[in-house]
Amino acid sequence: MPKDHGIGASPKRREDVRFLSGTGNYTDDINANGQAYVHFLRSDVAHARIKSINTDAAAAMPGVVRIFTGADFEGVGGIPCGWCVTDRHGEPMQEPAHPVLAQGKVRYVGDQIAAVVADTAEQARDAAEAIEVDLEELPAVVDMKAALAEGATKVHDDLSSNLCYDWGFVEENKDAVEQAMQDAAHVTTLELRNNRLVANPMEPRVAIGDFNRATGDSTLYTTSQNPHVIRLLMGAFVLGIPEHKLRVVAPDVGGGFGTKIFHYAEEAFCTFAAKAINRAVKWTSSRSEAFISDAHGRDHVTKIELALDADNNFTAVRTDTHANMGAYLSTFAPSVPTWLHGTLMAGNYKTPLIYVNVKAVFTNTVPVDAYRGAGRPEATYQLERVIDKAARELGVDPIALRRQNFITEFPYATPVAVEYDTGDYHGTMDALEKMVDLSGFEARRRESEARGKLRGFGVNCYIEACGIAPSNLVGQLGARAGLYESATVRVNATGGLVVMTGSHSHGQGHETSFPQVIAEMIGIDESMVEIEHGDTDKAPMGMGTYGSRSIAVGGSAMVRATEKIIAKAKKIAAHLMEAADADIELKDGTFSVAGTDKSVAWGDVTLAAYVPHNYPLEDIEPGLEETAFYDPANFTYPSGAYACEVEVDPDTGKVSIERFAAADDFGNIINPMIVDGQVHGGIGQGIGQALLENAVYDENGQLLSASYMDYAMPRADDVPFYAVDHSSQTPCTHNPLGVKGCGEAGAIGSPPAVVNAVVDALQSGGHDVTHIDMPVSPSRVWSAMQS
Amino acid sequence: MSQVKMTVNGKEMSGDVEGRTLLSQFLRDTLGLTGTHVGCDTSQCGACVVHVDGQAVKSCAMLAMEADGAEVATIEGQAAPDGTLNTIQQAFQDHHGLQCGFCTPGMVMSTAALLKENPKPSEAEIRDYLEGNLCRCTGYHNIVKAILAASGQDVSALAAE
Repeated sequence: MPKDHGIGASPKRREDVRFLSGTGNYTDDINANGQAYVHFLRSDVAHARIKSINTDAAAAMPGVVRIFTGADFEGVGGIPCGWCVTDRHGEPMQEPAHPVLAQGKVRYVGDQIAAVVADTAEQARDAAEAIEVDLEELPAVVDMKAALAEGATKVHDDLSSNLCYDWGFVEENKDAVEQAMQDAAHVTTLELRNNRLVANPMEPRVAIGDFNRATGDSTLYTTSQNPHVIRLLMGAFVLGIPEHKLRVVAPDVGGGFGTKIFHYAEEAFCTFAAKAINRAVKWTSSRSEAFISDAHGRDHVTKIELALDADNNFTAVRTDTHANMGAYLSTFAPSVPTWLHGTLMAGNYKTPLIYVNVKAVFTNTVPVDAYRGAGRPEATYQLERVIDKAARELGVDPIALRRQNFITEFPYATPVAVEYDTGDYHGTMDALEKMVDLSGFEARRRESEARGKLRGFGVNCYIEACGIAPSNLVGQLGARAGLYESATVRVNATGGLVVMTGSHSHGQGHETSFPQVIAEMIGIDESMVEIEHGDTDKAPMGMGTYGSRSIAVGGSAMVRATEKIIAKAKKIAAHLMEAADADIELKDGTFSVAGTDKSVAWGDVTLAAYVPHNYPLEDIEPGLEETAFYDPANFTYPSGAYACEVEVDPDTGKVSIERFAAADDFGNIINPMIVDGQVHGGIGQGIGQALLENAVYDENGQLLSASYMDYAMPRADDVPFYAVDHSSQTPCTHNPLGVKGCGEAGAIGSPPAVVNAVVDALQSGGHDVTHIDMPVSPSRVWSAMQS
Repeated sequence: MSQVKMTVNGKEMSGDVEGRTLLSQFLRDTLGLTGTHVGCDTSQCGACVVHVDGQAVKSCAMLAMEADGAEVATIEGQAAPDGTLNTIQQAFQDHHGLQCGFCTPGMVMSTAALLKENPKPSEAEIRDYLEGNLCRCTGYHNIVKAILAASGQDVSALAAE
């Protein structure tokens, strides 16, 4: 019988009522009194020197309040980067300045040249068209390898080259890996591209800056996954506003997927301009603007080699990646191809030797940073594609080859510096095999062939490191922030609780799932618990939501704070019942004295805390409110096995996904309904990457796929129903809930299964195709079939 | 500026608009009906779907002046006056057919139009009809399931609540 409340139940989401009735409160729904509107004049060329900007005609246009250019930001801090990667030679990465508005040069199509503030959005836009900008166009650097060539045009004149860093990991293994490659019975090599994507949360970014001259306080409303991080970055590094004078609010946020983690120039601009003109300033991105100003994702070009011995045991992996940074370093960009990527190259396998080389490259394109999965999809894709290719070359079953090489003993220290605490890779593969009806596949293939179609089956595994992250560890790796989480639990006199958490919910359903944990711990109804998030004036501190960290890190902070609440409440209960603290038990919202029939209800204790007439005032303070900060001891390691069955139309090359199955191990699960939904969404994005989505630049640095007319978002008829299973559960050993996190798994685990299935389909039709780059669009599949 | 009048969710509304003012802007900025969302500028995403004289339209692709005198229905008018969700809204909640909620108003309004013309759509018909409504959170699984359920069809055999 499924539980009907507490941990493991699937109550309906409480946030849904407002979203379904049009009463959500998204940032663009907010309007400050007397606000002005800003329109950014963005560069329409990829690389140019700014010779002059004449704003005279624009400034005279109706409604214009003020026009800002880069000159207004001389002496103001630039947009900071939150992670410094150290290269193979022990040197820090090259880190260019990133001004709020362009100074001297524009470096990508979309770079902000000027900002027009006017009474209405239309007036701001009209006036922007009247600004005269004289640009001296420079050659655009788009291709990563060309960017590193001798004599290439530099994106940043003051850097030595377009190389951000050349990272080797683990550098000491380099020679041993080379030796293993030479000694191998078989080496499979694969060159591939992990396609550039645009995150495309359905809500475009919005920022509203406000300034209260009476108090000197600034407020920023913004579409962020982590308002406290924005407060810290913008306040400390850009505008010089201390935390107590700066409030950042991220209300209902319409999806993030990573691209709303970062601190963007538009946020700093609106906050700065509001003070400069003494009037609130609002910016609402259009979708067209989002394509050229939201940080993009992925964009790796990789060569991977897998060495096997004569018994098909993996002996070494070597991978060489060029990672596109775009024109500037976005907040966490340097960490994505390195610490979120190289550390995952062991995958689910006991490969003893691994060497990862990553060259991060500046180009005249939109900055690239974390997108759902962030580094882990890139690791999983190359590893699971090369294993599939090896299985074909060796004529062995791809599932059997994987099973043979699975890690089975835990904890397991990988050769790439992480220690998996728990996992059961055979367990998830068993669960997957139960779902996919492999024995019926040949019949389905024949049925497809009878209709002139090719059918293919593809499988892959994945491991991810999430629940980000131990602060002392990431500090050593170059993070410029701690990655703990905080929670304050406030119990009111009549027994209700409010949790103020630094985790932000923008679709994940925290308002529903977090109360389930507290309801379970105290034994009260979930309706007695309210979650507050997204406002720096409420939660004490917060590192926000990304890296599948909310329940593993934010939830753990909430548990720790609630444990403190319960400990204090037991002291009060002991006093009320004249018993010893140690004898007090809490069950179903009632405190009792062990071995007696004495009891007091939760509400009696909470009332006593605020009406302390009969209270141990000499021992404890009145009131019942506790804060905890939780810093994880390790990453968490969700894992799984995914399978995809496709049908390919050989006449057109069109691929249709016929079946998709996902077996995940997320450890303990708080709300199965929400977890399933997270996996569905991740799979939808993974199928999007594999089949449809591609951010394409031409050689001049123009983004060709810059609207929904050109960038193929997955639609309802591109995907099937998904079979998901998370019955395989090996709880995390180092957080109090035993949870691992589920937000990114679907996007990490799904692309290789799709491409593996397409290759399988084509091979079944006699085509000697071993690889097609994503997206496996009809034209690419058809072309591959002709060669 | 010209004045337009329309009936929105059963109430007479009016306001001054420019020639270029979109219906979505008029609803959001002039009338304060912010349940209608704008997710793109090329009429692809469908977050702004409302009904005009009973037809589902993308309100970002219609001028406010074109809706002068029309009957307009938005997400704010879908629940009962006491706030009880209608059958479609309730099915979306029951089957976790939304996550961030941004595409949801358009999904609900498109579903209402679909079920009016096709009261018992098949899975394929639903997926085809939603071609103009993008969702980035759900992978569409629970949206399609919710619509099947809203049309009175049994979804108990479908995996994953």
